[in-house]
Amino acid sequence: MFGKLSLSAVPYHDLIVMGAVAGSILLGVVILGLVTYFRLWKPLWTEWLTSVDHKKIGIMYIVLALVMMLRGISDAIMMRAQQAMAAGMSHGYLPPDHFNQIFSAHGTIMIIFVAMPFIVGLMNIVIPLQIGARDVAFPYLNAVSFWLTAAGAALVMVSLGVGEFSTAGWSGYAPLTEKQFSPGTGVDYWMWAFQISGAGSLLTSINFLVTIIKMRAPGMTLMRMPIFVWSALCTAVLMVLSFPVLTAALGMLTMDRYLGMHFFSNTLGGNMMLYANLFWIWGHPEVYIVILPAFGIYSEVVATFSGKPLFGYTSMVYATAAIMVLSFSVWVHHFFTMGASANVNIFFGISTMIIAVPTGVKIFNWLFTMYRGRIRFATPMYWTAAFIATFAVGGMAGILLAAPASDYVLHNSLFLIAHFHNMLIPGALFSYLAGFTYWFPKAMGFKLNEKWGRRAFFGWLVGFYLSFIPLYILGIMGMPRRMAHYDNLAWHPFLIVAAVGAAVITLGVASQLIQLLVSIKERRAARDLTGDPWGGRTLEWAIASPPPVYNFAQLPSVHEIDAFADMKEKGTAYQRPERYTDIHMPKNTGAGFINGVLAFAFGFAMVWYIWWLAILSALGMIVIMIVRAGDDHRHYTVTAAEVARIETQRYQQLAAARGAA
Amino acid sequence: MKRIRKLILAGLSLIGAALLLSGCGQLLLFNPKGPIGEAERFVIFAAIALMLLVVIPVAIMNVWFPWRYRAARSGDAYAPKWNNSLKIEVVVWLVPAIIVTILGILVWETTHRLDPYKPIETGVPPVRIEAVSLDWKWLFIYPELNIAVVNQLVFPAKVPLSFRLTSASVMTSFFIPQLGSQIYAMGGMQTQLNLLADEPGTYAGQNQQYSGLGYSGMNFKAIATSREEFDAWVQKVRQSPEVLDLTRYERLETPSEKDPVTLFSSVDPGLFDTILVKHGMPMKMNSTDLKSEPQRMHMHPNPSEKN
Amino acid sequence: MTTETMTLNASIDASTGADGEHGDSTALSIFGFWLYILSDLVLFATLFATYVVLGRNYAGGPTGKELFDLPYVLGETMLLLVSSATYGLAVLAMHRQRRDRVLAWLFVTLLLGAAFVFMEISEFRHLILDGHGPGRSAFLSAFFTLVGTHGAHVSAGLIWIAVMMGQLVTKGLTPPVQCRLMQLSIFWHFLDIVWVGVFTIVYLMGVM
Repeated sequence: MFGKLSLSAVPYHDLIVMGAVAGSILLGVVILGLVTYFRLWKPLWTEWLTSVDHKKIGIMYIVLALVMMLRGISDAIMMRAQQAMAAGMSHGYLPPDHFNQIFSAHGTIMIIFVAMPFIVGLMNIVIPLQIGARDVAFPYLNAVSFWLTAAGAALVMVSLGVGEFSTAGWSGYAPLTEKQFSPGTGVDYWMWAFQISGAGSLLTSINFLVTIIKMRAPGMTLMRMPIFVWSALCTAVLMVLSFPVLTAALGMLTMDRYLGMHFFSNTLGGNMMLYANLFWIWGHPEVYIVILPAFGIYSEVVATFSGKPLFGYTSMVYATAAIMVLSFSVWVHHFFTMGASANVNIFFGISTMIIAVPTGVKIFNWLFTMYRGRIRFATPMYWTAAFIATFAVGGMAGILLAAPASDYVLHNSLFLIAHFHNMLIPGALFSYLAGFTYWFPKAMGFKLNEKWGRRAFFGWLVGFYLSFIPLYILGIMGMPRRMAHYDNLAWHPFLIVAAVGAAVITLGVASQLIQLLVSIKERRAARDLTGDPWGGRTLEWAIASPPPVYNFAQLPSVHEIDAFADMKEKGTAYQRPERYTDIHMPKNTGAGFINGVLAFAFGFAMVWYIWWLAILSALGMIVIMIVRAGDDHRHYTVTAAEVARIETQRYQQLAAARGAA
Repeated sequence: MKRIRKLILAGLSLIGAALLLSGCGQLLLFNPKGPIGEAERFVIFAAIALMLLVVIPVAIMNVWFPWRYRAARSGDAYAPKWNNSLKIEVVVWLVPAIIVTILGILVWETTHRLDPYKPIETGVPPVRIEAVSLDWKWLFIYPELNIAVVNQLVFPAKVPLSFRLTSASVMTSFFIPQLGSQIYAMGGMQTQLNLLADEPGTYAGQNQQYSGLGYSGMNFKAIATSREEFDAWVQKVRQSPEVLDLTRYERLETPSEKDPVTLFSSVDPGLFDTILVKHGMPMKMNSTDLKSEPQRMHMHPNPSEKN
Repeated sequence: MTTETMTLNASIDASTGADGEHGDSTALSIFGFWLYILSDLVLFATLFATYVVLGRNYAGGPTGKELFDLPYVLGETMLLLVSSATYGLAVLAMHRQRRDRVLAWLFVTLLLGAAFVFMEISEFRHLILDGHGPGRSAFLSAFFTLVGTHGAHVSAGLIWIAVMMGQLVTKGLTPPVQCRLMQLSIFWHFLDIVWVGVFTIVYLMGVM
């Protein structure tokens, strides 16, 4: 009836795990209680869970990312604490099995359930607004994508209390992930969480490609698109081309684990190197999937806060496109030490280094955007300014790993860990937080508190250096990654410093939470009445904050790269059209949410071999699809009168705000 | 701002204190004890130097521009329309391109020279060692001496070492940081590695690729000795009562952690190839092929099949 | 499989483009569907590449030469090729707004596709009963997965055809139904092309 699932799957004996479970459950109960107390169930369902509005879906993505980030950071703190303790005679407070689960979960969560939802969330909120569209191309599909991602995240969270998570690392190298070496449910949780959210990401990429290519406002040629849109376009291309490879690789691993096949086993002709190749054919583009839009955000922020157009727009576009293409030709640099011939390694080493050229160009373009600017230091600009040099240092470390000869000694060491955190924290995460602060007033209608924002920034920045400079040094000292315990006492002081760094980062994260609370409390004073709180340059700032459901009452026409800056300069901004027309918008539907629930049930059933549930939930998804396919009435009309009413309100608000200023 | 500066200072002094505590000699990759490690250290330094040509100007501009052009001081320098300059564009594309070209040449030359499969020519015949990665210990077989050791690697200094590696379990990576180059050990497949120690000493050896529960303890001492000491050690091993036949090997394969150093006075002939075949190397392959022709782990799974 | 079903879901749903201009929604859907086909192509490319890498790892088990029955597979191929043609006839009828003809041709396509799937399943069944199941060797794992994934796609296509026949009966040839028929057409021909690859790389080259 319940497959492999029994009460013994709950790790009662492990106090740390049970503490985390109790904490999560308590938090859940508190939230549900609050929702009930404030009678929010109905609005929660009608306005959020069933929403197909890209802005709301974007917000839900970011909420998911922030929640999962708390989990990922807890994992990081536990790892740092363990390594700060487990030297020589001491074995720390975590048994190896638990430590191994934690680093596997940390990587999986941070890449798949923090970076991906965070950036997809920002893309959701911003892209349609920046191109002057009313929604994405396929709004319902967008909801499905989100709920699939959420289902994957839920699987990872459930693995905490029911069974175990994978101990094979986030990249799940075979044959360690084969049934022979990992017979438990951990790898299955990891695999299905990856697989389900990966399906969501693939659908997102199709959605955004169509949206960006087909739904731009009149006059917005490709070379007039905001850089963030360009970077999102390139990211979507990478996703469409790389995620199916992951799907296939995980599918083969599934076949190995469930049907006893021999793709990656080390018996009967299986080939573990094939897994490493396939995983990184997805995995390396994945790095650029999370980082190209980050570059886009920096470009937007640096131009806005320098009060200048981006330096070298065309260069930036070509650099982005070049990185997109090159990112498919570098995957072998993740395993130079596999014994491929010198020529193979040279090819992949040099193509990796070539990526440094467009990346370097980008860095100079940001710097020269600041040159002769009038730079205002709001929080997003802090993140951006700190990113540039920090990222350059990380890039330098990257070159050392890209040269096969030096990679032979640096591979799989803490130097590697320091390098990719150097790329992903200042490179990606800082930009997401910059973008979060930058677009927060657009999505929510009020600005975030600056003081706490700066505190969060300094916590992250100082904490980052404290955590990862020691890791670079430890790599040079020869310390491998992923050690639950070590005998070399010379490593110990550095790991203590790194743990202090993690604590400082925690202060930064706490500041961020306080920032949110304080800002919500003071939201009236910080309201954004103009819709253009930063002196923005792109179309999203032309409309109200938060935007009406249809975004643009009349689709804008675009004549320049920075369309809104151009309008403001020519005095055509904020012009009211002569008359409004009816607008057709997609209706909300619960189908996306139910699909997510079914996907979760499917994943859970597969993990625990509950075949009837797996079949039922799969059938459920097919039925929803068929029913949905038969429904031709998916739109409702916002009448011209209603549009006029909303817009009149907006213009009154705008006039009042400008009068006050 | 003051508090921030204090924080940063405190951080720097923490890192400095840690460095002092452990001593610079512990920076193993910068204290190589063999030609391979030395050459790889050179690659690290050369690449850093080349990259600094870009990174230093970036860091300076990164501080200078935001400071100089902050809103309060920008003044007349503000050029709200200025957004391109052919000169700057040419420089920012060309300079990185030139540096990457130089790096590319460096990569080309050093990757060929430091190919782990390439024998080290010193005029002295190499010591052959067959390394088998097991859960979670290392087995080193000396086929020419017909002896074997678990979790300890003893070899003469100034004599090239020629390794063949495989795994009887999951993927691992064999690495002696101070000698240079690591290489993966994989079940059913064979990789190769050539190293050389310049001077006698005891070096850390480890598994650099996470391999499950006992991974953290999967390290060994790599002891470089003089020729005489080595010969004496071999004699000592030959006295050992333990013999590594197939049944004893089966026992070794059962997962265990932190195994003591174990010496075997003799080894089942061809054990390494037996292990290879047992874990998936196609049977029809002639085992003499394995030794003579340097086998490559190409993208193709079993290069032997192509022949 | 989730990706696939969900994407089909997407494609069928695709006519909801919220551009406010109903005329454009078909174009959006078709373009979106092409992108889905592109991603599916990458999926198959990965499986083909895997097959090429593992295709000779017999591990002492049977080789393709010993297992494959070319005339039988040629029969399967013919069924699928003809079904592509009959689907083409259905689309022609659709352009002439002849619903009953469309229904008839769809039904023929459905039968041909079902016969293909039936033949494939019985081929698999024989192999497994003879002890040559997918767990026998890496070669057979890659074979079953590649061919089976194609077969699963065809089966999904059959369900889709049945759904479209239902929609034709209940709704008639409305613009959204036509749009979905065009997407299904792309899908069906795509599967045909993939099969040509399977036939060549797996069967022909396996026997040679």
